[in-house]
Amino acid sequence: MSGSDVLHGSGVGRGAVVGPVARAHPAPRVVQDAAGPADAEGRAAAVQAVREAFAAVGEALERRAEQAGGTIAEVLGATALMAQDPELVSQVVGRIEGGQAADLAVDRAVAEFADLFTAAGGYLAERVTDLRSVRDRVIARLRDLPEPGVPALARPSVVVAEDLSPADTAALELDKVLGIVIEQGGPTGHTAIIAGQLGIPCVVRVLGASALVDGTEVAVDAATGTVVVGPDDATRARVEVRRTALAALATQTGPGATADGHAVALLANIGTAEDAARLTGAAVEGVGLFRTEVLFLGRTTAPTQDEQAAVYARALAALEGRKVVIRTLDAGADKPLAFVTRSGEENPALGVRGYRLVRNAEDLMRTQLAAIARAAKETGGQPWVMAPMVATVEEAAQFAALAREVGVEKVGVMVEVPSAALRARDVLQEVDFISIGTNDLAQYTMATDRLLGELVDLLSPWQPAVLDLVAAAAEAGSAVGKPVGVCGESAADPVMALLLAGLGVTSLSMSPAAVPAVRFALARHDLEVCRRIGVAARAARTAPEARAAALALVDPEVREVLALG
Amino acid sequence: MAQRTVVIASQVGLHARPAKLFSQAASASGVGVRIAKGDGAPVDAASILRVMALGVKHGEEVTLTAEGDGADEVLDGLVALLATDLDAPGTDTAGPA
Repeated sequence: MSGSDVLHGSGVGRGAVVGPVARAHPAPRVVQDAAGPADAEGRAAAVQAVREAFAAVGEALERRAEQAGGTIAEVLGATALMAQDPELVSQVVGRIEGGQAADLAVDRAVAEFADLFTAAGGYLAERVTDLRSVRDRVIARLRDLPEPGVPALARPSVVVAEDLSPADTAALELDKVLGIVIEQGGPTGHTAIIAGQLGIPCVVRVLGASALVDGTEVAVDAATGTVVVGPDDATRARVEVRRTALAALATQTGPGATADGHAVALLANIGTAEDAARLTGAAVEGVGLFRTEVLFLGRTTAPTQDEQAAVYARALAALEGRKVVIRTLDAGADKPLAFVTRSGEENPALGVRGYRLVRNAEDLMRTQLAAIARAAKETGGQPWVMAPMVATVEEAAQFAALAREVGVEKVGVMVEVPSAALRARDVLQEVDFISIGTNDLAQYTMATDRLLGELVDLLSPWQPAVLDLVAAAAEAGSAVGKPVGVCGESAADPVMALLLAGLGVTSLSMSPAAVPAVRFALARHDLEVCRRIGVAARAARTAPEARAAALALVDPEVREVLALG
Repeated sequence: MAQRTVVIASQVGLHARPAKLFSQAASASGVGVRIAKGDGAPVDAASILRVMALGVKHGEEVTLTAEGDGADEVLDGLVALLATDLDAPGTDTAGPA
């Protein structure tokens, strides 16, 4: 197999699959200086064709909406209504009557609305994709081209596209989608997120994907971020082993534990009560991080106690007695709130954020804690409650007092600031548990803005200094016999999960889709091996060396199945 | 000419599902309904694009106008719609911790 047969991109998830390519058809290109119809008769015909095209596209989208369900149906229904919009159609008609070519008129009229939406920003800007999908469908119909977007799949296939709009993604017949390959987009884009949630192998930013032809067999490997064109027997066999093994992993539902039975709770990160409801049938032992910001973001005033209590109660009820760790409002820095965030801070990441908001807005904290306590009483649940961005023992003590005052029984703090990690033993005298937020801990240890992609190497949780601080916090927990959790991206990395277990971390919280791989890795290693992994990684001098040292001690079968490299 | 003023009850504002339901209802009424935000210029309520582009947020006021037979009844119906929280459940989650 020659090197040119392998395309590279960023993988989403760990899955692998072999299947035939089904290309999503690209949007038709519009000739910008095309001449319009020469006479009145031609213009009338063009107007008629355009009216029919808009109506047909609207009807087709409506039919798709009827076949879809839930949120997807809503998105498609709104898009259908855009295609039937009287103002849009009359503007296109006006342009054609003024002498413009039909497809150019459609393109320009849509562009005017798109500009309006883009300028408005936020939710409206995101709808521009839907507007453009209307334009593409109408123009394709005018030119008798195949409908842009995802074709009806006759057999299970790997969908290959330049990019997929939310409407395209929504229209995918998921039971026939083996994998997704996207030339553009990013790992946090809409398609990637949906694919990740559904466990469909997906590789994005694949240079050269546009050259793939319908029907060609490809092997898609999300773990390695590769697409092999015309895979040989060895590649097929390897993918098949991975596919079967991963399918088997997903059927495991037991509590997390090492091979010799040392328990490490596997928990989910969630942001809304709806996320909690989706965990009803999921094999997780509870929620290790319920971010409550979603309740507060995009509002001009804080949600009331009643409003908050209702949301927390829904989440607690959905989890039916499983563990739930609620994090109080973490605003400021990259998550500003109109009603509390002070503008004009020169270094918002180092400013009044997280628990520090209590200095200016103690009522906000009291209201939230009271709402949580009320939800607990109403549902009979026993939420653990923790505060973000605690730096000192005094802050931990103050938060614990506020929480216990309203009846919260399990009070904790997040360890995200190096000072809290270094003095975790003192912090743990004030609270019942700690939870390490590795993303922010890396940011503050390495003095590196989390939002700067170009500095991503400095933010690695494998940085020896970050590992030392995690170890310090975990040791403090072991010493006093109190739980130490980790929530953050690093808990989802099976190798890091082994290391964390070895350091004495008692629970790992991650996106639910990451749980099966971590459960599998833990179940294949004794606690003693996890400890050795911890020692080996911490003996390394650099982040890559630390990961390599840890990986070298991982069971070969686990490395093969999870494609850890 | 019939005229009504109403405060938008939907949490997401007059976007998404609320905008769709409103435009559909305005269009189905068969009466030419126009909608304006605050003192702004009125637009065709049957145009979901125009309605969305107004960018009306939760708690903001809009004015509806209509002429002709049944204009009052149509506006009463639309006012009732806008005074209801039309949000669909199932909003998306935030980014990583």
